[in-house]
Amino acid sequence: MTHDKAAGKTRRQIHEDRLRRRALRVAASSTAAVFLAIFLLVPMAPGWDRVKASFFNWEVFVKTFPKLLDAFKLDIAIFLWCAPAITVLGLLIALARDTRNPALFPLRILGAAYTDIFRGVPVVLTVYLIGFGVPGLGLPRPWNSPYIWGSLALILTYAAYVAEIFRSGIESVHKSQRAAAASLGLSDGDSMRFVILPQAIRRVIPAQMNMLIALQKDVALLSFIGPVEIFRQAGVFKSLMANFTPYVGAAVIFLAVTIPATRYADYLIAKQNRERS
Amino acid sequence: MPKLALHGVEKRFGENVVCDGIDLTIEEGQMVCLIGASGAGKSTLLRCINLLEPIEDGEILLDGKDISLPGLDPQPVRRRIGMVFQSFNLFPHMTAVENVMLAPRRLYRKSRSALLPEVTELFERFGLKERMGHYPDQLSGGQQQRVAIVRALAMKPEVMLFDEITSALDPQLVGEVLDVLRLLKDSGMTMVLATHEMAFAREAADKVCFLKDGKVIEEGAPEALFDAPQHPDTQAFLARALK
Repeated sequence: MTHDKAAGKTRRQIHEDRLRRRALRVAASSTAAVFLAIFLLVPMAPGWDRVKASFFNWEVFVKTFPKLLDAFKLDIAIFLWCAPAITVLGLLIALARDTRNPALFPLRILGAAYTDIFRGVPVVLTVYLIGFGVPGLGLPRPWNSPYIWGSLALILTYAAYVAEIFRSGIESVHKSQRAAAASLGLSDGDSMRFVILPQAIRRVIPAQMNMLIALQKDVALLSFIGPVEIFRQAGVFKSLMANFTPYVGAAVIFLAVTIPATRYADYLIAKQNRERS
Repeated sequence: MPKLALHGVEKRFGENVVCDGIDLTIEEGQMVCLIGASGAGKSTLLRCINLLEPIEDGEILLDGKDISLPGLDPQPVRRRIGMVFQSFNLFPHMTAVENVMLAPRRLYRKSRSALLPEVTELFERFGLKERMGHYPDQLSGGQQQRVAIVRALAMKPEVMLFDEITSALDPQLVGEVLDVLRLLKDSGMTMVLATHEMAFAREAADKVCFLKDGKVIEEGAPEALFDAPQHPDTQAFLARALK
């Protein structure tokens, strides 16, 4: 008898324990092999010493990191004023595209054209076109600020994506919910506001979280038109010190924000999938 | 004057004729049951009466006034005609009491606290008082369907439409929902049911209509229709349904 009475385990548990231990051994040894290969092989590359000196210079890292962290505050500020504007604009566009009122038909067309255009152009191009183009009109201060127009470029681009996500959420609410709301005598607007939207928004929160994470990274694109945020600051240090380590420092700072946020979004998605099943 | 009268109601989905000239009268306080095979047009007819589906031709009179006029604002009419669906269609993000209060709050501009006494009374009447704060997914199918009925009643409708409201329920939960219907009938509500519950139709209905292919084939008092059906189609349907 293989039944281990002493441990109080069933045959199946003993079998599964054995499988688990084996899986662990395999995972550990393959991981060790891969890391060993990286640590042994990469330094053997002919240019490793130069790469090490210019990308992973500890002195430069320590010296530039606080300044980079400081510059990152600007990224956060830009993110913080863009995110609410994107949410509101995205929601408005999604609602405009859902409308059936014939008087609002132009809004529907504009909404469709808007999402097509801004999803179709690379973000960096939009940042250039709006960030350089609009101030080029010779507007007086402060209306020639790259902050305003750079942020607007991000807002317009991301609102297009966010709108599509909201719309998919609205469409995912079963039409019987609309019928139930209508049968009670609720207007289309009330039905959207109290019945459809709350359900739709709840469903797309994880997807919108991912958009926010992408936005946080794309804030760095504003560096191309002027603002000295973290990416630009890293570039300044690179020129000053003839060393690329500040870029690595900037990457570390971005990861410190995006990894927890990504994990949280994944957790929300997993939770939602569990609830749905 | 009948409470509700349908004259030559015609409804098409593309080429498909779902209601093919239906005539029907429902007196105040009557319970009328629509029976027939799936696809006979029962559900669609109810949706037309509630103006969820526009009709091609014919007229629907509520208190003698045509409510099916193309272009008429459907909202005031829907307030007067409550509807309960096969799949409950409660709003999943709201508690039972929020589900019930939403429409009166918005349409009668009443506050939650002003509505609470009468809404609580409704819940109490249908044995749901302990469930008021529950979300739909915390309720059994029978409870959900009773909340859906309460939700429609909170608008104080003059007519109630029930679209196969027991078809999605486990057999042991059907009884509690049918009890609610009996209670409503006793209170004098005018009701139209699409149903597969033949025993209930026979016991409780004032009039039973057999529909087939979008037409009323035969109608009459339940005893007459169930015991001595005149039309061969009715006979064939009942022979199968009552087996």
